[in-house]
Amino acid sequence: MLDILIARLQQGHKTIAYPRGEPPALPPHFRGLPILDVSKCPQGCQACADSCPTQAIDLRQAPILDLGRCLFCAECQESCPEKAITYQADYKMAVRRREDLRLPAGGKLSLAHELQGKIKKLFGRSLKLRVVSAGGCNACEADVNVLTTIGWDLGRFGVDFVASPRHADGLIITGAASENMKLALKKTYEAVPDPKIVIAVGACAISGGPYINHPEVLNGASAVVPVDLFIPGCPPHPLTILDGLLRLLGKLKSAHPTAV
Amino acid sequence: MSIHRHLPALIAGRAIKRQSIPDLPLEEFQQAIVESVEEGWRVVSLFGSPDAGGTVHLYVVLADDHGSRLYVGSTTLSNREYPSLTSRCTQVHLFERELAEQCQVKVTGHPWLKPLRFQRPIFSASHVGAIAEDCVSPSPGVMDFYEVTGEEVHEVAVGPVHAGVIEPGHFRFQCHGERIFHLEISLGYQHRGVERALLAGPNNRSIHYAQTLCGDTTIGHTTAYCQVVEALAKCQKTARAQTIRAIALELERLANHVGDLGAMSGDVGFLPTASHCGRLRGEFLNMTAALCGSRFGRGLICPGGVRFDLDAAAVRGLLAKLELCGRQTRQAVELLWNASSVMARFEEIGVVSRDIATELGLVGPAARASGLARDARHDHPSGLFRFTHIPVSVWESGDVFARGYLRWLEIQRSLDFIGTQLKSLPAGAISSAVGNLSPDHLAVAMVEGWRGEVCHVALTNATGRFERYKVMDPSFHNWPGLAMAVRAGEISDFPLCNKSFSLSYCGHDL
Repeated sequence: MLDILIARLQQGHKTIAYPRGEPPALPPHFRGLPILDVSKCPQGCQACADSCPTQAIDLRQAPILDLGRCLFCAECQESCPEKAITYQADYKMAVRRREDLRLPAGGKLSLAHELQGKIKKLFGRSLKLRVVSAGGCNACEADVNVLTTIGWDLGRFGVDFVASPRHADGLIITGAASENMKLALKKTYEAVPDPKIVIAVGACAISGGPYINHPEVLNGASAVVPVDLFIPGCPPHPLTILDGLLRLLGKLKSAHPTAV
Repeated sequence: MSIHRHLPALIAGRAIKRQSIPDLPLEEFQQAIVESVEEGWRVVSLFGSPDAGGTVHLYVVLADDHGSRLYVGSTTLSNREYPSLTSRCTQVHLFERELAEQCQVKVTGHPWLKPLRFQRPIFSASHVGAIAEDCVSPSPGVMDFYEVTGEEVHEVAVGPVHAGVIEPGHFRFQCHGERIFHLEISLGYQHRGVERALLAGPNNRSIHYAQTLCGDTTIGHTTAYCQVVEALAKCQKTARAQTIRAIALELERLANHVGDLGAMSGDVGFLPTASHCGRLRGEFLNMTAALCGSRFGRGLICPGGVRFDLDAAAVRGLLAKLELCGRQTRQAVELLWNASSVMARFEEIGVVSRDIATELGLVGPAARASGLARDARHDHPSGLFRFTHIPVSVWESGDVFARGYLRWLEIQRSLDFIGTQLKSLPAGAISSAVGNLSPDHLAVAMVEGWRGEVCHVALTNATGRFERYKVMDPSFHNWPGLAMAVRAGEISDFPLCNKSFSLSYCGHDL
């Protein structure tokens, strides 16, 4: 018993100060929000679009970066002769509508706005989520799960992951929505009582990610259920996921007005 | 006649010409498998590869772990019929089910022929003419499960959606009261068609498939993929690149082993270690992120070497963090072994005997916890492990405790290893140029990921493209081990046994 108490004392308090304090430091090579500076683009150059494994860069008309498809893999950055594409340290990328992830070059991302009306009143202080993994690589699941560790302590925001859809206010969906999970995903959604929300975490759940257009997948959660929050990344950093959840619940504004 | 002794040998991370692989008559091919396994070799991989005309060729990769050699054989299935070997050689059980499903081979006499992943055949578009239109798989989870009947015998069905934040799979228990008679595991829910999509590669998506075969083993699988490509392209890596890859591989092992010890602790309701290890796992992931920006090592490893270098300040930072986290991990983990309430739940639960582990061909910590000194870093070393050795940790008891304690032993070895390598990082470039892949070759990579042996096999065609790319996640070998571990145990111990194996669904389902 004594060694348990000593360990507790020595390991110390580890929950991050964010959102009241600063967010945890991100690593030097962190790849957050990508920015394309078209003024640097040589005439007719397609190098970035050609290198992209998921066709997230569309240069056919006005250049568009689709963050919903982006794997944040930096192939484009490496292929660009003029260094016109760079990844920022900006981790804030969650949006409410799929089309908001199609970012025009030089455009600003319209980050997720909070729930409104009755649903805000119901879920604003207590949101219970069921996580459904549906045809991905388990990295998104891992970094969703990390939010429940003492470092992030998701419970302090009234958000918890629950064991049954019957206990849940909504779903977090990861994975590209495989054919083989279609029925289970649909049934799980139907088992959640109304009103309910759905959060798609990661490139797979938003667009199919690396498996986009495989006949074995449905190119994301939207093919099966309506989605209310899209959190891009492959996988998204836990901070990106937390930011999305807090925006949805309107908790960022009150805790850390400058972060919004 | 020992046919297997005459098969061509290769070592992990090398390629051989396809013409040097004998096309054996089917009986001799099967005899080679059975006899070599009787002699103590293992079936690393057994897979079908349809050619342009739709004829299926079988390939087998056998491992002589003591001799550090792999042996390759092949045969041609002229009429797409294959008599099952499973009743003579348990290790091929899942391989044969895969073969029936992936290549539409008629496997006869298999005692347990059921869908494995509920997948489409792997035939690419050019073969479509050769397959029947009605080859679409039945619905996932729909099959005849093994059933026990009798008074007070009941069935428990769990999944595919589970209570925790974990991947989908279906478990069907036959129980008598609390006691498990039999567990049947039905997977495939994570199937996303990766092996089929890798055909005709490499292309700009191939490495991203490798990175997402199994998200928590990104380094293990990407290293294996790159080793295959480099073997086919005859690319020599620099010492610095090899060292950074090895550091990343051991960091991946640390993060997952620490996380698993925390999860096992949580499953027996011992929250101190669960809390500390849950956080410390994240710290080790953050160390991987310090190498490359991604907590899972995405983007770090590329054909020819690694993409990000380490400067002196980064090395100092990593060493300091390694020392601190190592110390904190020791404190958190040692609480487990000193808590009688934990040990009462860990010891003699979920026992897999050495004989069962051998028969099933288990790999990784699951095999080593049952007394098998089996570690690809030692038996089939590639990269830095050809020059620097990590002692193989082995424990004999085969129970939940053994699988937990073994992780702790490996954590200590990996901490030492990373510290040593960071202090003596060789100078030089971090990547080398990679040319075209040799046509008509076969290459095998073996990497000891944190769950065990990650094996990739690539077969190139006449133009140097992948005619077949076979991925073996260690979970493929180890899922049957879990089913055996819980047999005759209490159903309430299943979650704990499951955590002690900590297997991958996506790595199995591909």
